[in-house]
Parts: sequence; structure tokens; C-alpha cells
Amino acid sequence: MKKRLLIAGIVFIAVLGLSAELPWVRVPMIMALVYGTAALGVVVLLRAGQISFGHAMYMLISGYTVAFLSQAYPGADGIVLVLAGTGVSLVTGMILGLFLVRYRGIFFGMLNLAISMVIFTIVTKFYGLTGGSDGMRIPRPSLFGIDMDRAGYEATLLVILLVLAIVLIFSVQQFFRSSAGQAMASIKTNEDRLEYLGVSAKKLLWQGYALSAALCGLAGAFYGLSQGLVTPEAGYWLKSGELVFMSILGGSVHAAGVFVAALLFEFVKVYASTLMGGAWQLVLGVSLIAIIYFLPGGITSLFRKKRKTLEVRS
Amino acid sequence: MTALLETRALSLSFGGIVAADNIDFSLQEGERLAVIGQNGAGKTTFINICTGLIKPDGGSVMFDGKIITGRSPRDIVRRGMARSFQIPQLFTEHTVRQCLELSGVARQQKLSLFSSLGKGSDGPAVDHILELVGLRERQHELCDNLPEGQRKLLDVAMSLMLRPRLLIMDEPTSGVSTEEKHDLMEVLMDALEEQKTTSIFVEHDVDIVKRYASRVAAWISGAVAADGAPDTVLADPTIQREILGI
Repeated sequence: MKKRLLIAGIVFIAVLGLSAELPWVRVPMIMALVYGTAALGVVVLLRAGQISFGHAMYMLISGYTVAFLSQAYPGADGIVLVLAGTGVSLVTGMILGLFLVRYRGIFFGMLNLAISMVIFTIVTKFYGLTGGSDGMRIPRPSLFGIDMDRAGYEATLLVILLVLAIVLIFSVQQFFRSSAGQAMASIKTNEDRLEYLGVSAKKLLWQGYALSAALCGLAGAFYGLSQGLVTPEAGYWLKSGELVFMSILGGSVHAAGVFVAALLFEFVKVYASTLMGGAWQLVLGVSLIAIIYFLPGGITSLFRKKRKTLEVRS
Repeated sequence: MTALLETRALSLSFGGIVAADNIDFSLQEGERLAVIGQNGAGKTTFINICTGLIKPDGGSVMFDGKIITGRSPRDIVRRGMARSFQIPQLFTEHTVRQCLELSGVARQQKLSLFSSLGKGSDGPAVDHILELVGLRERQHELCDNLPEGQRKLLDVAMSLMLRPRLLIMDEPTSGVSTEEKHDLMEVLMDALEEQKTTSIFVEHDVDIVKRYASRVAAWISGAVAADGAPDTVLADPTIQREILGI
């Protein structure tokens, strides 16, 4: 535990130091942490052997909740908006989950995609209410009751997201280790046996689904706050695809992997789009093929393999 | 005395094939029943109906005096009837110990979001079952790496962790070498004896049936053709001709 806290502390200081030295990395870092949080939600489902191609819809739902509330209550604090956005996503996930956890595999994935596209279309078409494809602006709110300039606001968001990421990594990792988390993981290998132990696989998956919706909602709220704008693109299927990409890249072995993957994704995107123009997706595609071929368990499986090798040698 | 398991006029057909033909059957607490019959006679179908995997076309199943027909496997397990499978049903990405720990928390209905698996109060029970079925040495191995005999043992051990009143085992010795069959059955029967668990086991090996069953039920074409003491049933000319091939 001490070692893990030490690593978390080093990462925290390193990121803050880097963003102080190179201010231009602040926004990509914020976006990486936002996407990492959302992709962590996808990883929770991946543990149960299920994949969602529509989870960005919870980012959209939360983002628009933040936008509506910030317009309805102009003085609302950013933290209150985040809590509200996450709460609405959680409740939506709990309701949709009741229906979706009846399905497995490709049906589960595609139904999530279908629902996300329905929500995307509704948000796009209700121009008068949602601003259509132009989206809704989110005025910069106060954070913890303090009004800030842009630089201070971004730096504070970065600190909040970093602390949140560390807390989420520890909490979700503890959930993976817990008896409920282990039982949920066994849905992947033998759901029937779980039923024959007297455990409801659907209930377990529903809990996991609600958690994943809440994580995506949390990310969506911060996405809105950091961008100052939310558009239907936040819930488009391509965004869901990016979350799946990050979750596969990071792997489901450890909750930290997905944040590393999100960081890599964000910086590859920034550099590849600068160097290769419109062909930056090529770099991402090739990296995904390489990961699936060489590291099917994702980036974190690399560390597990190395640790096992060291154990065998010793 | 109320039967532990009782079926009345249980019937089921798959198209034109009769898998359960008005089965009236009862089992008392403490019995060790061997179910014998040719492949396709309806033995596994009977187990699947009793344990909630398949709903019958007609008739009823009672466990401990209460009707459980059409109930889910989960509900039936919680009432005290567990089963093991012909092909062991394990959590292949978990270790042997984790499989048993999951069974332990499932029995206690204590699936927690916060406490780690293995940190509960069931540790001594897991150790005891591991000792009982001889898997202590391999407790930290992935159960997918076990040989077939040990996979069978683990499958039964997971059900034993539930401390059921009745355990139904579907061909516990299939896929196990002739030499290992008796060792496996000795281990299983000792474990059942220790937990005072009533049992039903489907078996093709007559030696195993003679040695370990207190009662035998012979299945032919979805119906119970003979039911009674092992010596009597196995000496029945119809059973010898139709099932044993003598």
C-alpha cells in the first residue's frame, strides 16, 4: 500500500510539475484524465466480459445536465454541477441497466450503441432546447466557491481530476478485488455456475453497469466544465469507440491502465494530427492492432507478465 | 415423514421424444441414490427439471414439502438443493481457492463491494473443504489448469461450500480414468458423509453404484423402470438387458 501511495504521489507531483513548466500540456492532460475516467467505466463492464459501444451517451447526458443547470442557476458552483451531472447519469444508467443487463455479448454492445444514437439524435434535433449540433455553452463556474481566471481554473481542474483519478484507481481496484467484483468478473467465464451458487448474475451486472454509467457521467461533467461547451458529439458513437479503444489499450488487469492508455491516446492524437494531418487515425489503428496482437490483456498485462517473470527468476 | 425431494407426474417432451414420462419419485433425507440408465434415457433431463434449468410440461417438483416447479436455479439453490455438472462448471480465470471463496460468500449472501474476496469469515471453511477434497496443494492455481479428476472434485467442492441438504451430481466420474474413479468417489462420499448431505449421483459404472449407493433408480425412456436396493435393481432381468447389456 505504501509503495502504491508513493507511486501515486510521484505521478501527482510529476504531472503538476510538467503542467507548470509546459502550460500547453495542461489541456491535453485534463482531457486525458476526463477520457481515462470515462474509459474506466467501460473497463468495469469489460471485467464482466461485456463491452458497450455506446457509453459516451452518459458523458453526453451529464454534460447537458451541467449545461442546463449552469444556465438555470448561473451562480451554481462547478462541484455542485459535477455532482448533479454524475447523479443524473447514474440514475439513467440504473434505469437503462434494468433492460440492458438481460443481454450479453454483441447484443449488449449494440443495444448500448442503439440507445446512444437515439439520445444523440434527440439532442441534435431539439435545437430550441439543446442548441442542436452547435451545443450549449457552459459559462466558467466558480470552483469550491472561488472565481478564477482561465489559467487558474484549468490548473484547479487538473488538480481535482488528478486527485479524483488516484482515488478512482484505488476505489475501482478495491471493487475489482471485492467479493462482488470477483463475482461480477466470473460472469465472463461462467454465468450459469454463478446462478447455481445462488447469485444473481443480472443483479451483479446491473451494479457494474450503474457504476460504469456514473464514471462516464463524472467524466462528462468535467468534459463540459473544461471545454465550456457541450455538443451532441460528446455522445456520438465515435466517442464511444474511442472509450473502447482506451479500455482495450489499458486492459482490465488494473484500473490504472486505462489512464495510461488515455494519456497515450490523447498525446498520439495531438502529435499524429500535427505530423500526419488527416491520417492520424492510421496511427491509432495500427497501435490498436499491435496491442491486440502483442498484448491482448492491454498495457497493464505487460507489468503483470514482468512481475511474474521476476517472481519465477527469484 | 416428508420426503426431501418428491416429483409427481413429471412430464416433458422434446418434439416427439418423451424425456420425462409421468415420473413419480421420492427421496428421503440421508439416502444415497444412484441413477442409472442408457444415454438419452432422461437422467440429466430429470436433474435439470429438479434443479430449475428446464421447466416441465406437467407435474410438480417438491423440495422439503414445498413446490419448487418452475423456480429459478438460484432460488432452488438457496432452498438447499445444489448440483454439480457432467462437464465441470468452474470460474476458469479464478484460482481454486477463489472459486471456493466465491461459493462461501454466495452461501452467506455476503457479496460486498468493499471487503476483498477471502477476507471474510469463511477462510477456515475453505481450508477445510480444500483438505477434504485434497486440493490444498493446488489452491492458488488457476482452476483451468487442473486435470479432469480434480476439476470434478472442485466442481463438487464448490457445491459443498453451499452446505446443501441435497447434492445432485451428474456423472461425477465421467472422463476420469478407471483407476482414479474409486479414489474420487471415496473423497466425495467422505465429504458428503461429513456434511450429512443427502445425495443423488448419475453413474454408468456398476461397481461404483454397488459400492457407494444405498438405493438405485433405473431410467428407461424417460421413466423410472426400477427403484430399490442396489442388489435388487441390478439383478432385475429387464435392467440387466436394457441398461447393463448383460
